[in-house]
Amino acid sequence: MNGIHDMGGMHGFGKIQYSAEEPPFHERWEGRMFAILATVTGLGLMNIDEWRHGQERMNPVQYLSVSYYEHWLHSVVDLLDRKSILSVGDLEARMAEIKASEA
Amino acid sequence: MVSTGHDHDHTTPPSDAELRVKALESLLVERQFVEAAALDEIVEAYETRIGPRNGAAVMARAWLDPVYKARLLAGAQESTAAIKELGFSGTQGEDIAVVENTPAVHNMIVCTLCSCYPWPTLGLPPLWYKSGPYRSRAVIDPRGVLKELGLDIPADKEVRVWDSTAEVRYMVLPERPAGTDGWTEPQLMELITRDSMIGTGLPKLIRAEPGS
Repeated sequence: MNGIHDMGGMHGFGKIQYSAEEPPFHERWEGRMFAILATVTGLGLMNIDEWRHGQERMNPVQYLSVSYYEHWLHSVVDLLDRKSILSVGDLEARMAEIKASEA
Repeated sequence: MVSTGHDHDHTTPPSDAELRVKALESLLVERQFVEAAALDEIVEAYETRIGPRNGAAVMARAWLDPVYKARLLAGAQESTAAIKELGFSGTQGEDIAVVENTPAVHNMIVCTLCSCYPWPTLGLPPLWYKSGPYRSRAVIDPRGVLKELGLDIPADKEVRVWDSTAEVRYMVLPERPAGTDGWTEPQLMELITRDSMIGTGLPKLIRAEPGS
């Protein structure tokens, strides 16, 4: 699939933003996302290959704009919805509830 | 916003991603697909136990044991078994091949399509490894990339770039620095950096003691 993820050989990305050492998760939510992916694939709700493909299917602009673990998030949410395990509607409802309760 | 470890900061609203993940976790727990404590353990494992010190142990063993080294270089099936014998195996390490740096050849590893990386031996990949600049340029201008990262490879030395896949991960066996004869495995491990096993760096140099 000749998608945006197929970056080998592309031009224009600029300088490597190198750092010698960094924590594996820059924000707490990234660690939670990592662990969620490990768990849902371990449970067999989705497999790694289809999850990877879910990232490759992202809108190219979105793919290039969002942070690394947001790719993970996008694909997990998309697959859970497609497989009728957890709908995007339910997710967004829960987001609204949490936001309201923390306001 | 840098996470302070608290669930949320009252003064700054959570980012959309943070809120989304919170909602996702909440629903998955409610529907009994995940348990928060189990998620905690996974996070802790990758924050504290699974990292490049594991790979350093493999490489230090290879420097000291020619039979072990030969196994590491005998193809992914054999190297994965040899790595497993030191206690390192599991997720994203099902097939780990090892390529050797020599006076004639310098190796570097990339995953152009995503972020494939040998987790059991190197932990989780750094952000720069997973990002556009490295993924795009490592395969078309490896010498330029290495130079940008502070590594000048002589023109007469071959540079080999290995593009990781969903099936096979790679690690570089760095050249053992001169001046380490008689060193123990733990001493050698201290020289072996994460970057030296990705191929974007070299092991730490031996500094002469003052006055020697």
